Amino acid sequence: MALRNPSSFLNPLLFFVIAISLFPLAISPETHTLSNIGPGVIWVTCMLSVLLSLNALFHYDYDNGVLEQMVISPYSLSLMLLAKITAHWLLTGLPIILLSPLMGMALFLDIDSIYILMLTLLLATPSLSLIGAIGASLIVGVKNSGMLLSLLTLPLYIPILIFATSAVSQAQFDLSISGQLYFLATILLISLMTSPFVSAIALKISLE
Amino acid sequence: MSRLIVNDLSCQRGYNELFDNLSFELSPGEILRISGANGSGKTSLLKILAGISPGESGNVTFNNNPTGSIAYQSDIFYLGHLPALSPELHCKENLDYLTQLNGNNTGRLVDDALANIGLKNYKYEYAANLSAGQKRRVVLAALFVTQAKIWLLDEPFTALDADGIKSLENQITTHCENGGLCILTTHQDSKLPNLRTLAL
Repeated sequence: MALRNPSSFLNPLLFFVIAISLFPLAISPETHTLSNIGPGVIWVTCMLSVLLSLNALFHYDYDNGVLEQMVISPYSLSLMLLAKITAHWLLTGLPIILLSPLMGMALFLDIDSIYILMLTLLLATPSLSLIGAIGASLIVGVKNSGMLLSLLTLPLYIPILIFATSAVSQAQFDLSISGQLYFLATILLISLMTSPFVSAIALKISLE
Repeated sequence: MSRLIVNDLSCQRGYNELFDNLSFELSPGEILRISGANGSGKTSLLKILAGISPGESGNVTFNNNPTGSIAYQSDIFYLGHLPALSPELHCKENLDYLTQLNGNNTGRLVDDALANIGLKNYKYEYAANLSAGQKRRVVLAALFVTQAKIWLLDEPFTALDADGIKSLENQITTHCENGGLCILTTHQDSKLPNLRTLAL
């Protein structure tokens, strides 16, 4: 459905590309500096662009009453939400993963780091969508809720950010990164198990 | 007999108690019109009956199934104030989605339903391009498709033209003659048969 309204998913992606390409201009075009800050820059921008796209996740369905119909449907609301979240990931997380090698090369990351970067993105962008869905379902129906959404979701994103960026920078020094990857996988599993249920409850409460 | 039983319902919005100890029963074939001033709790009552909000106390059952149970939720069809159409989808997709959410999987019936409401040529028109009345008609077309026994209609006559109102009244009458139930809120006087009025 979002495909019919391209701005809803192209805006965050464009933001991702533009924000990253500004860093070499602002900081320094030096290879060494850029490859040092590269993983962090890509990860922070990725997080912010996912955050940008979250508002649209339930907002339109709430506004036009489709969400009400979903809540009273005899089918499981959690499963429908899981489908919605998957669609959200396919249109934000996945394109970001596909764009990340390009962005990595722009920031002079070496091939191995780019590979690790994509791996962390693959493990963690679904968690970003899942955790974000909880935030988005809590603020549905609140006007001008962008700030509130960031306040709710960003703290939950921080562990992902820490483990993902440390994985990439440790890989640059040939250190073992399995610990970080396990943590990212655990976060993914926990959010996969809880997020659809929690979002369903939150949506039901906001619709009452 | 399958009856809709509303028992001791009360509802509060903010500091105001809207209704208290509300009980009624409805048998198949009956139409209930909920009347009352603005803010008297008509929509809130319908939302409780639809299983969207729980209400402060009391319970609602149909065939002994309480609100929220899968059996109850598949027996109801609720239409709220909002059109429940996604502007990015065209009419047929919207109607498919709406009726499938309601538990019906009936592709061909959707085409017929659109023809019935006189919007056959609008099948592939995006909902964003429809007028308020046309949106209403598309949503009401779902009534031709749904198998639900209880229709909960919140102000169904708004934005409809005279023809639309007449055909909706016919539709409700047919539904109730076939053993369905209908609960609606409206400010207009209506000439529906078997009509009971509940004043809030």
